[in-house]
Amino acid sequence: MITPAIEDRPQWADASAGQARAVTPGALDIAHGVILYLDEISVSFDGFKALNKLSLHIDVGELRCIIGPNGAGKTTMMDVITGKTRPDSGKAFFGQTLDLTRLKEPEIAHAGIGRKFQKPTVFEQHTVFENLELAMKMDKRVWRSLFYKLDSEARGRIETVMEQIRLTAQAHRLAGLLSHGQKQWLEIGMLLMQEPRLLLLDEPVAGMTDDETMRTAELFVSLAGQHSLVVVEHDMAFVEKLGGKVTVLHEGSVLAEGDLATVQADDRVIEVYLGR
Amino acid sequence: MRQSYTERSVRLLGPKGWTAMLAFLALMLIIVPAMHLLAPPDSALHVSNYAVTLTGKIMCYAMVAVAMDLIWGYAGILSLGHGLFFALGGYAFGMYLMRQIGLEGNYHSALPDFMVFLDWKALPWYWQGTDNVVWAIVLTVGVPTVVAGVFGYFAFQSRIKGVYFSIITQALTYAAMLLFFRNETGFGGNNGFTDFKRILGYSITAPETRVVLLGLTALALAGTLLLGRWLVTSRYGRVLAATRDAESRVMFIGYNPLWYKLFIWTLSAALCGVAGALYVPQVGIINPGEMSAASSIEIAIWVAVGGRGTLIGAVIGAVVVNLAKSWFTVSFPQYWLFFLGFLFILVTLFLPQGIVGLYQKLTQRRTPDAPNAPAPTEATPSTPLTQEHAA
Ligand SMILES: Nc1ncnc2c1ncn2[C@@H]1O[C@H](COP(=O)(O)OP(=O)(O)OP(=O)(O)O)[C@@H](O)[C@H]1O
Ligand SMILES: [Mg+2]
Repeated sequence: MITPAIEDRPQWADASAGQARAVTPGALDIAHGVILYLDEISVSFDGFKALNKLSLHIDVGELRCIIGPNGAGKTTMMDVITGKTRPDSGKAFFGQTLDLTRLKEPEIAHAGIGRKFQKPTVFEQHTVFENLELAMKMDKRVWRSLFYKLDSEARGRIETVMEQIRLTAQAHRLAGLLSHGQKQWLEIGMLLMQEPRLLLLDEPVAGMTDDETMRTAELFVSLAGQHSLVVVEHDMAFVEKLGGKVTVLHEGSVLAEGDLATVQADDRVIEVYLGR
Repeated sequence: MRQSYTERSVRLLGPKGWTAMLAFLALMLIIVPAMHLLAPPDSALHVSNYAVTLTGKIMCYAMVAVAMDLIWGYAGILSLGHGLFFALGGYAFGMYLMRQIGLEGNYHSALPDFMVFLDWKALPWYWQGTDNVVWAIVLTVGVPTVVAGVFGYFAFQSRIKGVYFSIITQALTYAAMLLFFRNETGFGGNNGFTDFKRILGYSITAPETRVVLLGLTALALAGTLLLGRWLVTSRYGRVLAATRDAESRVMFIGYNPLWYKLFIWTLSAALCGVAGALYVPQVGIINPGEMSAASSIEIAIWVAVGGRGTLIGAVIGAVVVNLAKSWFTVSFPQYWLFFLGFLFILVTLFLPQGIVGLYQKLTQRRTPDAPNAPAPTEATPSTPLTQEHAA
């Protein structure tokens, strides 16, 4: 299934009338071991309920898969978390204290939620290294960029991420020359450079070969723990390989939750996927 | 390795670039002045008035071309209004030169002749203080900066892009041209400003003055190139190029493209203003023709011919096209515009990366087994121009 590209465009440039800057995510409070709470979130478009009292929480370091039929509300849920869509009712918190329904999109991004959209967009005329450098978490105002010098610490961080995404050998290759799967990885790497606490990945393996899909699964598993991940995917082999808890969304609310085998055995889930 | 923005640019400014730069400065600051001042007029070594003026003029154009490349080649924003910023700088400094005429005008008035002719009794407020060279220089840089800054802020803020942006820059320039054409607006009507006599008290036609102006222009051009290089090899330059290629992605990783674009746009305009101010005393006239559609389009053609996104290509393009122009306008004046149009089509079709691109292609073919040479399949990265066409 193809998400229209237009839907994937970040819209917070208008919102950031001032200069975007690196906000210290100091306000993030994860003392209770939970990084994301959604409580009875409802969103409707012209009367149609895309999300219907959706409640969900993600633990720190967790790797969560969200599955569900087309139109279940998975992308809308990510829109709510990243501030792109405001819920009609319900609560959304990042950690204990950050109210996602009040923050603007760049503020949410700087607070530590990174999102990968379905269509990979990397800077094709820049090298892999430069792509990662540009994405790095730092002061991003014009003046700082003019006088910026790459220090060894930053270089080290870029090299670490390049290893994670297996692109070290391609460091000085133009991103435009990478394969589709490598571009997806590079984009994930750019996300990591922003040092998010929570990563939202909407259909990250769409268009990848089986081999690339499995390697992506390995990468995500290795990221869990340090980061919390929410992965939306239709590819069941991939979901199985990730091995985490699975949440099934249907008509805007949670239908079932548990490990993959459990939810696959659930009668209501079978009915939703096969019954119609 | 060779293909990154950073490294590519560093290589261009490397030992070869520096040598070329120093040779150029030695030529313009020492050799040409000596040949103009010292060699007797009938000697083969003598550089004529005409040649000195033409060289100075072309260097001013080259500065404008570099400014254009910064905004077009690196930020992907095609301005068809750079003639305006050039003219604004030219007019600001031109008024200083008008005031330097003093009482020696046709009407022997302290007011410029055209104002006497209009029966004005006093300078309009906006020309106050222009007898002071410092203030004139402030205007030279300040007016294009403010005009570009305000215009750019609103245009970029409302996300006007691509061809729409080009069209409104052209419209702005056209409106300004109409304004400057009118006698009662105080810009000298269609004659503009001319008949200058002195600059800082020195005769403006004296060989020594010409040589000093030539040297200053060479320094300004060199400075513009160095500034440009520094900008495009900085992180700022990489963000700018990223904005050109995928703006929404740039926003998503936390940059606000508005300020990135506005900075280069305004700087580009200010550089054009400086070029205009250097142009006027050397060429001896500034008139609204500089704001015609054709003038601004010509600037874009210089850059396209030389090669976008290389800076040095802009200089080469400005020099080549303007040398051709001065030859044509003497030999076949009526065919110049046809030739220019033809040249543009030719370059777009066959040399999308301009003269610099052609040179790179030729030198690469000659040394196929050079270390680091890209494998054939990953041929040189396409320039922004071809990228857009491919996309
Ligand atoms: N901006 C919008 N305006 C109107 N309806 C919308 C809008 N965004 C989403 N919807 C609708 O809300 C429902 C949920 O959409 P959503 O994109 O969240 O589904 P999804 O679970 O991501 O589906 P898919 O697997 O197809 O990506 C769909 O029926 C969709 O048509
Ligand atoms: Mg979706």
